[in-house]
Amino acid sequence: MGAFDFLMQGLATAAEPMMLLYALIGVTLGTAVGVLPGIGPALTVALLLPVTYRLDPAGSLIMFAGIYYGGMYGGSTTSILLNTPGESASIITALEGNKMARRGRGGPALATAAIGSFVAGLIATLLLAFLAPSIVQIALKMGPRENFALMVLAFVTVSAALGDSALRGLTSLFLGLALACVGIDQLTGQARLSFGVPELLDGIEVTTMAVAMFAVGEALAIAGTRVQADESVTAVKGSVWMSRKDWARSWKPWLRGTAIGFPIGAMPAGGAEIGTFLSYATEKKLSKHPEEFGNGAIEGVAGPEAANNASAAGTLVPLLTLGLPTSATAAIMLAGFQQFGLQPGPLLFATNPTLVWGLIASLLIANAMLLILNLPLIGLWVKLLTVPKPWLYAGILLFATLGTIGANPSSFELGMLLGFGVLGYVMRLFGYPIAPIVVGLILGPMAEQQLRRALSISQGDWTVLVQSPIAATLLALAALALIVPLILRARGKGQVLTQMAGDED
Amino acid sequence: MKHLVLASLFASAIALPAMADYTIIAPANPGGGWDQTARTMQQVMQEDGISPSAQVQNVPGAGGTIGLAQFSSQNKGNPDALIVGGYVMVGAILTNNSPVSLKDVTPIARLTGEYEAIVVPAASDIQDMAGLVAKLKENPGAVSWAGGSAGGTDHIAVGMIAKAAGVDPTKINYIAYSGGGEALAAILGNQVTAGVSSLGEFEAQVKAGTLRLLAVSAPERIEGVDAPTLKESGLDIDLQNWRMVAAAPGLSDEQKAKVTADIEKMAKSENWQKQLSDKGWMDTYLAGPEFDAQLEADVTATQAILKDIGLVK
Repeated sequence: MGAFDFLMQGLATAAEPMMLLYALIGVTLGTAVGVLPGIGPALTVALLLPVTYRLDPAGSLIMFAGIYYGGMYGGSTTSILLNTPGESASIITALEGNKMARRGRGGPALATAAIGSFVAGLIATLLLAFLAPSIVQIALKMGPRENFALMVLAFVTVSAALGDSALRGLTSLFLGLALACVGIDQLTGQARLSFGVPELLDGIEVTTMAVAMFAVGEALAIAGTRVQADESVTAVKGSVWMSRKDWARSWKPWLRGTAIGFPIGAMPAGGAEIGTFLSYATEKKLSKHPEEFGNGAIEGVAGPEAANNASAAGTLVPLLTLGLPTSATAAIMLAGFQQFGLQPGPLLFATNPTLVWGLIASLLIANAMLLILNLPLIGLWVKLLTVPKPWLYAGILLFATLGTIGANPSSFELGMLLGFGVLGYVMRLFGYPIAPIVVGLILGPMAEQQLRRALSISQGDWTVLVQSPIAATLLALAALALIVPLILRARGKGQVLTQMAGDED
Repeated sequence: MKHLVLASLFASAIALPAMADYTIIAPANPGGGWDQTARTMQQVMQEDGISPSAQVQNVPGAGGTIGLAQFSSQNKGNPDALIVGGYVMVGAILTNNSPVSLKDVTPIARLTGEYEAIVVPAASDIQDMAGLVAKLKENPGAVSWAGGSAGGTDHIAVGMIAKAAGVDPTKINYIAYSGGGEALAAILGNQVTAGVSSLGEFEAQVKAGTLRLLAVSAPERIEGVDAPTLKESGLDIDLQNWRMVAAAPGLSDEQKAKVTADIEKMAKSENWQKQLSDKGWMDTYLAGPEFDAQLEADVTATQAILKDIGLVK
């Protein structure tokens, strides 16, 4: 049987009524945990493992697939409506998405996120199905120096997106980089900046930081401003659905987001966040409406949302072809495979084609199910914006706290949540952007580790960084991204590089 | 709001564990070996009626020392509290200068373990352990080793190999990755000279012929694995990355005996044995004074090697 026959057979299995029910449970749960800040798909799948053990392999895989894609999707809803990312991969979505929601365009923002996620999920799953073995060969070529070059590119493009008031943006970024140094150094095992506090040994949790900065900081800021009679920000303006123009502006970012997110997800050191950063920077560069960036540009939602779903599928490439879990959720799915006596690895496609194709078919079904579940809900979701603010933000605080405690039952973690929440409020008060601090916290340790690994392997020879063609190309791109805006600005076109800084809220 | 309500129910279910006889602390994030051990214990205990409503709670951080500290301080004399741990914890307690050690809990039994495997990419010109040791002796820095976190079992294994081969353990070029998976990618991508991790991480690749297995850290050959032991290769090393279960400090002798009996019942059950074989885990059950002695020996040996590598002063 060829790949296509296996896929058809898998789809037939996954379309049985009981399987569809499992898929529905999976996507509903996944969306729910994605919405809740702090609790991610990894924990959900871990909790469900003992339950799914009683199901057959096909049933449990389809549920996992639903949770996995649902979690990726659910994070965007709160990002857009409440400026509270549920997952670190939807931080970027909050930048433009929440601006759109405040201008009464929450409906189209949610729709472009949902449809973009679907399109990206569909394309990426098909790529996974037919190209996984060859993609993984390319992904393996990405060693420490190539990864470092990629991180440099991400840094440069994200910093460039900070626009003209770079000082505040960079201050925020470097604050994030400094916080990223806290904890046990991965390469030597020595503690840095932990001041003897055992809870700091593992560093600062990105989700805690993101939830604190966005959700708690936002709630404090709202509480800190005088109640205004003008509540027009929450009204729904125009149609809840995407207009023809919205479609025209969304489809390219969806495709570009997929093209960026999928390969980065497939890389062992990748991760959904980097794909969203790069996609945002790309859309901002290519947009015909750069002035709208920072004020609710639909491209800035469409691209990153497609990228994070595509990278979710990309993560499955090394999992299925090499047995390498590159994310927490993938690690638990690996455990799920193992409980059915399967060992993912180079031989899985050959020894267990039915199950692999069953999983891929499940992903396709889960993806379609998500769209069907979420599109009609958009009308309901935007009503959330009409909830009176004190109630809404009290609710957000409650969920932020529950999510943090649920993921890590420690009073210290809760203290950090509140402490960084206050920091987020102070930064808002003085007009410092909050996204770069989270970006620094995510990218800093990755870049540092990759650089040190590369130098350790080369025994201190810096020239290796440019000796690989992939690394050299990426570094050249980064240099271009750094220099071109400088030239443009010098020639008086600086105003087109609009600001992300200072006006996130 | 439906989702939010659902989510809140979900969150409260995690945050407030219901009444239970055994609460098993997994001092790590969901997905890792300790978490899986704890959840498998939970499942077997529930299904076999040893503890019908056993719960698992994750307290991640710092090689398990955060969970260990919280466990020992909050559960003094509580016969229903269990914690999963392992060899990695022994090293983490030393490297992190943890104020709490395994002396502050009541170790009950070793449950399972994995041996370390030393591999090279299939394209490598190194054919056997002797070849790798020769390269290491020639220039220790030129041999890069990929493995898990610094100070973990993989790092310790490399230190032991260097020491046994007469090479200065502080000179080893160990590249720490955040997990066996990422290290595996580096080895497959030909970016490092050799790789060290649990045998299970490499098994599928070895079968597929993309990695060459040079040696395993078991005391004698492992059935079904076509590789010599390190001892056969002239390096006197016997290293097992074991996982254990411990109870709270301050238990009476009767309480300790009850817990030990429950764990033994679980470990000897058909259900547990089936789980082990499904997951490819070895049964290395060891309890009582033998386990205490083994633990003591492991702590002493680990302290020595971490000093040699230079991670502990």
